Amino acid sequence: MLSIKNLAVKLEEEDKQILKGVDLEIEAGKVHAIMGPNGSGKSTLSYVLSGKDGYEVTGGSAALEGADVLEMEPEERAAAGLFLAFQYPVEIPGVGNMTFLRTAVNAQRKARGEEEMSAAEFLKVVRARAKELKIDADMLKRPVNVGFSGGEKKRNEILQMAMLEPKMCILDETDSGLDVDAMKLVAEGVNALRSEGRGFLVITHYQRLLDHIKPDVVHIMADGRIVKTGGPELALEVENNGYAGILSEVA
Amino acid sequence: MAEAALKQSATEARLAGLEMPQGGWSEAARRDALARVTAMGLPERRDEYWKYTRPDTLVQADPVPAALFDRSDEAPLFDSIDRLNIVFVDGVFDAEASDDLALAGVSIERLAEASADIHWARDLYGVLETNGQKPVERPLAALNTAFAPDGVLIHVTGKAEKPVNLTYRHQSETSDAMLHHVIRVDAGAEITVLENGPAAARFNKVMEVDIADTGAFHHVRAQGRDHERRAATHIFARLGAESIFKSFTLTANGVLTRNECILELTGDDAIAHVAGACVGDGDFHHDDTVFITHDAVNCESRQVFKKVLRNGATGVFQGKILVQPGAQKTDGYQISQSLLLDEDSQFLAKPELEIYADDVACSHGSTSGAIDEEALFYLRSRGVPEGPATDLLTLAFLAEAVEEIENEALRDEINARLSGWLERHRS
Ligand SMILES: Nc1ncnc2c1ncn2[C@@H]1O[C@H](COP(=O)(O)OP(=O)(O)OP(=O)(O)O)[C@@H](O)[C@H]1O
Ligand SMILES: [Mg+2]
Repeated sequence: MLSIKNLAVKLEEEDKQILKGVDLEIEAGKVHAIMGPNGSGKSTLSYVLSGKDGYEVTGGSAALEGADVLEMEPEERAAAGLFLAFQYPVEIPGVGNMTFLRTAVNAQRKARGEEEMSAAEFLKVVRARAKELKIDADMLKRPVNVGFSGGEKKRNEILQMAMLEPKMCILDETDSGLDVDAMKLVAEGVNALRSEGRGFLVITHYQRLLDHIKPDVVHIMADGRIVKTGGPELALEVENNGYAGILSEVA
Repeated sequence: MAEAALKQSATEARLAGLEMPQGGWSEAARRDALARVTAMGLPERRDEYWKYTRPDTLVQADPVPAALFDRSDEAPLFDSIDRLNIVFVDGVFDAEASDDLALAGVSIERLAEASADIHWARDLYGVLETNGQKPVERPLAALNTAFAPDGVLIHVTGKAEKPVNLTYRHQSETSDAMLHHVIRVDAGAEITVLENGPAAARFNKVMEVDIADTGAFHHVRAQGRDHERRAATHIFARLGAESIFKSFTLTANGVLTRNECILELTGDDAIAHVAGACVGDGDFHHDDTVFITHDAVNCESRQVFKKVLRNGATGVFQGKILVQPGAQKTDGYQISQSLLLDEDSQFLAKPELEIYADDVACSHGSTSGAIDEEALFYLRSRGVPEGPATDLLTLAFLAEAVEEIENEALRDEINARLSGWLERHRS
């Protein structure tokens, strides 16, 4: 699904190398998790994959189902099936959440040459999905993320994911700021989308989320590289012992 | 000395080419206005009030010719609204294109035809304009009072059955039009006046509005998309107790626009809102000049002006709230903001508050900004291409002004115009 080879990235404005050769192979139907110390480059990886400005790819490649995503505009990546649930969702004053969702869904459909969703159909689907995530009608009407609590913003990310039905979902610390019940809701939202044709990359600091979303593979990222890859037990090891042991072992 | 002489000769040159309509009830007011404009002299670019906008082309004897704009790509504005249409072509009334001037709750006449010696409009014509000449002079408005050959006189006695729509067509590249409207809204009466169109190569328009206690006046206008047109407009309104005045203006294109709005809240508990959304690309200069005087207790005034500027377009805002002694519990709000889509465009703002009462709440703010890159990326990451995403953020920026239009159907029409303009003017 998503194939990242030796990806190296520096900041555009500064001479600072952040990713120093990342290799990742995420197969369709699988959930991969990335853990790693603060500042190790996890969000940078997710931004570079989704096309944010300010980064320069100095080497390597990233392909979604064989297509070079690094060459695409952000909206093309989205239409191709890539989705990033932001670590810090953005507030957009003046743009209603509903308008935003519908514009996004139909823009992607249009880009793929599919028929646009009618207002009625859209309303039906969005209401059902919102209900599952306990997002009330008021949150749908309000401007995108404006005045939303931290947890509401994260649930709103999952709602977008559920509406857009991407092939490759990247979740950047979607669990941070969530209370226990919200974490369950989010995990259920993700699990509901798990399918043969869909890949997940879940960035997290905590084992707790991975109790609900059982990963197939766990990676440890440090200083811009994947330094260790293992099964779910690796996350438990981090939870119990921190990164010190793993990092000294690979150093 | 030389300056005063230049001003005088420019004024004389302009006046020389104009002919004052003769006779009838308005003649005295016209003569008075001519005396005033002669004494004041027409605006000149060293005038403080014209610091940000060059008045030369608005004042010179002949208008700069303006190419006609092909607007066949859009249906006429307000087409979805059930309305009474009054059409002026280059400032000349078009009877064939207009509806009968008959509407329940309203009496409508043309200024050019209301020639009797006694007329209700006599108490207002040039009167509100004269009141509005202090403390700042507005010579172009006095010029209009003296010479405007036509306009509409609308007396609203009840709840108007439907909006009155004034359509201003521009069909001659060298037209120079002046219209003067007078609107009187009786106690408890209510009307919506719509205006749309470029009017002429050069347009000078005055609208005097007198709203009696508990009357309501709603106004939505769009100034026409002809790139080369020039316009100087004035609204003078006097508000009685518990009355409502709400005016919104859309300006898309137009090489030069100066819209002045002079409001006087004279009765307690009155509400005055004036808003504008303008979008300009390239050779575009748009000036909103507002002066609101609070002279009664517990009144609310709101000014919301938003400008989207690109490719060297210029936006100007001069807005003042004057709270007179005794005008306690005044609630005054003023915001003027620009969204600069590139570094060549500029926004010049002069917000002012002058307050002589102690128990008032007035706020004002003025900002210039660019598109929020974080929000733009967020939208794009969800699949919305850069163009539509920018449009969405731009409409969001304009929303506070557009939302001042109370009627949803009118609001939708204006939003559709804005979307269309943004789509045609993407980078
Ligand atoms: N635009 C930027 N300007 C300056 N430094 C940046 C920028 N983007 C990333 N960095 C730096 O790159 C490094 C990696 O940041 P990144 O956000 O990818 O870390 P992370 O692994 O997601 O951390 P966390 O777990 O705290 O979210 C950090 O040192 C960060 O300060
Ligand atoms: Mg991060």
